[in-house]
Amino acid sequence: MIGKNPSSDDPNAQIAVKLKALFQSVQEEAIPARFLDLLEKLEAAEQRSTLQGKE
Amino acid sequence: MSSENQEFKREMLAALPSLRAFAMSLIGRHDRADDLVQDTIMKAWAKQDHFQIGTNMKAWLFTILRNELYSQMRKRGREVQDSDGHLTETLAHHPEQYGSLDLQDFRRALDQLPPDQREAIILVGASGFSYEEAATICGCALGTIKSRVNRARQRLQEILQVRGENDYGPDETSAPITSRAFVS
Repeated sequence: MIGKNPSSDDPNAQIAVKLKALFQSVQEEAIPARFLDLLEKLEAAEQRSTLQGKE
Repeated sequence: MSSENQEFKREMLAALPSLRAFAMSLIGRHDRADDLVQDTIMKAWAKQDHFQIGTNMKAWLFTILRNELYSQMRKRGREVQDSDGHLTETLAHHPEQYGSLDLQDFRRALDQLPPDQREAIILVGASGFSYEEAATICGCALGTIKSRVNRARQRLQEILQVRGENDYGPDETSAPITSRAFVS
């Protein structure tokens, strides 16, 4: 198998190509705002609790 | 905010696109996949002291996500016994989210795999993990992952092959026989 190019008739190669295409179609999307907001909130909450801990 | 916290957040952000792609590949629905990603972020944030900066953030997040998914599925499984409607709703697919007909067809084939095989082939075949890393993420032996990936490939070939043949090949009675012969 080593050095063999994936041919278009090789069903395993076709599966690999489609699987990657499916995965990449989502991976290439921009990160939704809800997750950026969530991380901001988690960070802010942690900063508050750190400050309170110091008082 | 310590520099270690900032580094943690930065690495988590960098891994988010792959994490979403993993969730989508496993579940097939944007809304439920993103809910699962959100739960994973919260879990990971709470457990950040357990993460060592410089180790594999992506693998760590994928592990949390799949554990969370299976624990939610177990909970839902108990709910399903009481209400039939829920299962139908959960199993409804939204293939229009994928551009080409070809990918929609592949998505439906992927959905027909048992969850352990689907997860194995996504980790090794699309997420760029080695068999060893995939075994660690799934908490199983290396040989188990290898056999799951092989069975997933075989099953996908069967499903896609039979479908293709129904369009312009042998009739429905002979297709399963020819596709079995083709695979083995």
